[in-house]
Amino acid sequence: MTAVEAPTGDRVVGTRLRRREDPALLTGEARYVADLQVPGTLHAAFVRSTAAHARIGRIDLAPATAMPGVVAAFTGADLQGEWAALPCAWPVTADMKNPAHLPLAVGTVNYVGDAVAVVLATSEYAARDAADAVVVEYDPLPAVVDVEDAASDRVVIHEELGTNVSYTWELTPDPAAVDAAFAGAAHTVSERYIQQRLIPSAMEPRGVLVVPQPFGGDFTVYSATQIPHILKVMLALTAGIDETRLRVVAPAVGGGFGSKLNVYAEEVAALVLARKLRAPIRWIEERTEGAQATIQGRGQVQYIDLAADADGRVTAVRVRLVADMGAYLQLVTPGIPLLGAFLYSGVYDVPAYSFRCTSVFTNKTPTDAYRGAGRPEATYAIERAMDALAAEVGVDPAEIRRRNFIAPEAFPYSSASGLVYDSGNFRGALDKCVDMAGYEQLRAEQARRRAEGAKVQLGIGVSSYFEMCGLAPSRVLASLNYSAGGWEAATVRVLPTGKVQVVTGTAPHGQGHETSWAMIVADRLGLSPDDVDVLHSDTAIAPYGMDTYGSRSLAVGGTAVYLATEKVLDKARSIAAHQLEVAEEDLEYARGAFNVRGTPDKSVPLAGVAFEAFTAHNLPDGMEPNLEASTHWDPPNFTFPFGTHIAVVEVDTETGAVKLARYVAVDDCGNQINPLIVEGQVHGGIVQGVAQALWEDAVYDADGNLLSASLMDYLVPSAAEVPSFETGSTVTPSPTNPMGVKGIGEAGTIGSAPAVVNAIVDALSPYGVHDITMPATPERVWKAIEHAQEARA
Amino acid sequence: MDVSMTVNGSPRTDSIEPRLLLVHYLREVAGLTGTNIGCDTSSCGACTVLVDGESVKSCTMLAAQADGADITTIEGLADGERLHPMQEAFREHHGLQCGYCTPGMVMAAVSLLKEIPDPTEAQVREGLEGNLCRCTGYHNIVQAVLAAAKTPTGAVS
Repeated sequence: MTAVEAPTGDRVVGTRLRRREDPALLTGEARYVADLQVPGTLHAAFVRSTAAHARIGRIDLAPATAMPGVVAAFTGADLQGEWAALPCAWPVTADMKNPAHLPLAVGTVNYVGDAVAVVLATSEYAARDAADAVVVEYDPLPAVVDVEDAASDRVVIHEELGTNVSYTWELTPDPAAVDAAFAGAAHTVSERYIQQRLIPSAMEPRGVLVVPQPFGGDFTVYSATQIPHILKVMLALTAGIDETRLRVVAPAVGGGFGSKLNVYAEEVAALVLARKLRAPIRWIEERTEGAQATIQGRGQVQYIDLAADADGRVTAVRVRLVADMGAYLQLVTPGIPLLGAFLYSGVYDVPAYSFRCTSVFTNKTPTDAYRGAGRPEATYAIERAMDALAAEVGVDPAEIRRRNFIAPEAFPYSSASGLVYDSGNFRGALDKCVDMAGYEQLRAEQARRRAEGAKVQLGIGVSSYFEMCGLAPSRVLASLNYSAGGWEAATVRVLPTGKVQVVTGTAPHGQGHETSWAMIVADRLGLSPDDVDVLHSDTAIAPYGMDTYGSRSLAVGGTAVYLATEKVLDKARSIAAHQLEVAEEDLEYARGAFNVRGTPDKSVPLAGVAFEAFTAHNLPDGMEPNLEASTHWDPPNFTFPFGTHIAVVEVDTETGAVKLARYVAVDDCGNQINPLIVEGQVHGGIVQGVAQALWEDAVYDADGNLLSASLMDYLVPSAAEVPSFETGSTVTPSPTNPMGVKGIGEAGTIGSAPAVVNAIVDALSPYGVHDITMPATPERVWKAIEHAQEARA
Repeated sequence: MDVSMTVNGSPRTDSIEPRLLLVHYLREVAGLTGTNIGCDTSSCGACTVLVDGESVKSCTMLAAQADGADITTIEGLADGERLHPMQEAFREHHGLQCGYCTPGMVMAAVSLLKEIPDPTEAQVREGLEGNLCRCTGYHNIVQAVLAAAKTPTGAVS
């Protein structure tokens, strides 16, 4: 079933169209921020704190300014008054504590990597040399690294706040129901999971280039950002520059995964310095610098309790979270736990629900959105806990899920947490995944290896995920105290020659919106996608937009494009009827032309209508010239993609080494515009989740030093670590938007980490292993086996 | 100091700082910004180019060390308007998303097929181990390289 009514039999939507973005990217023609060259540019390099928590003593810039090519250097104190604190747009509670976060620290530093000074030079090499020459004296303060230690307020990081707790947020609609469910439970499980911190590691490091026109007072900001529109507003407010004087451009952007969904110190500093020095300012992040200066993801300790009846039907979910904010609140830092807060009952029909989150400052890099943002954490907790419940009840992990799924006929489903899930067939996705995996044969192979005591054991991990995306209905965001809306803007114009120009408020950085949006419009207008151009990511071209994050672009931005196309078609129909001197009802639209029903020789192509609209020589009375329409679409609900993933691992019980042998994924993102792009999103998402399960970890020592700050220490997987994937899909259209689409950008990441860890624990359950903390390194796996064996002995 | 090398078929001589890395030479002196920089530890492979036909991470080498060498960057791979078979295969199989690792990945893949014209999937995965991609999960990159190996000219750089 598809929700899109095609104007012709020649569908574009649903085809595996090759991406139009690719030729420029494949030939080196695409321009990322670092590729832009403007004469007279000054290169910025930041001096960063080497202490996790310290009072800043003397800063000596003289050794830097004496070096060749150095034009200027500034401390935070030098630039106070030039800027306001960096913005946090999500004050989740009225009493949330939010320490002032200046682009350059003044007084104290609060994490290793906190910027304390900036040097400007005529070359990148000179700037970096000079930054190294700046002398900063630190008077060390005790550092707080562990999030639960921080919650105790043993050491208070921001003295002025009096506590490390930023906020506590609770969602318990019916406390008595939760208490009654636990009191009456036949089975309960109580688990503690750790969401380690992750370094997003988009392949393009961050970067910014600000080009001022000192006499006109205008600034063009080129930034490696996911959010040119939000950034423009925030830069205007933070730097005190009239919004009309700012243009923000996101050129080619090399991935983001949430890490470029922010307003960073370096962006504000570059703008302020361009104003002060009346010169273009360029800063390009180094990878090791970025590990500390760019936000990190996850960072939570999760306590989850399930109550269940004798058959393993879950009657209540209770979650207590301690979330690591890091040293400061970045753009949406405090909201990340809330994006998962409603989802800890997962795909299951659970009548009672309780969630509470305590969010805490630590002396570490701030956390914020990373692919999935709150939802991988929630899915991990419930999917791991469901396996624990399966073990407790003594049923197969697939069976425990089948017993608890929300039934397909229950949609729209009102959850105990207060959401309305749009549509779903959770059992359908699980059954298909189980079939594709050959689940029974895998269990037989597992039994065989267990029986013979094989050194390498087989584990099969099931994860049935769903997520809330398509961010977001603005009124819902208001109820969560988010400071912006969730709508998206689009303009569709048919030019005089019949070519179509689409302007979108989304800001793609690898997702292929140019291809997909052209497909949506071409499909509706009966044209070739080649006739449709897509403009984006430049606030001078696309003044309105809410940008790209949270798997929102298709469900919100794509829908806006679709609706603007409908408006264009409506106007075109009026003009065509006038041209052909017939009633609008007598017209049908097919293959790019209006035809008079029953009179095949009477027709006018869309290009002809567009030219008529352009000349305006003969338009209906009162009609405005030109064929163009805009929409600002605010979705009525979130969308809820879902699926089941099955990981098959081989665990060497002597070394603890885990090999991901197979990975089978069935995802349902509603109707698909371009399955080629959908699959690509799934593949990439899976590897990021698998990487959390097996390899990636932002490791801090007790003094707050990031030990895994480079790609030599932080294990982003290569092709050699992962297998090819077996992917499939089911299609359950969303009723939330006219195309029936849901979103697929984060699904792979959300489903995969619990599938892998469930598989490892499954492999080792005969040894008495109950849990493995991520990442499941060989050492951890080996120790888990040893400890479980000792406990049994 | 002066260095001379052939870049994408064109000989050039430039006066450079001795410590200049080859990748910075290509990007800033030769103006070929298709070669990207993704890290500072020679881990990611985004800057991979061909030096005398062999794939090299151009951040691991000084421009001075490339004196006299024949360099091919991503800009030199297509034949006029016609994409190289490896570039075509990446497009056909959706082997790229954000595109940032792509120039380096394509150059590494071209070099790989030169060494192993008809690789197995495992050989492709091992062969591309030095090039990181954060978007694709590698699945479609591997498919693209295997497909390129099947085209008549795919294994020829």
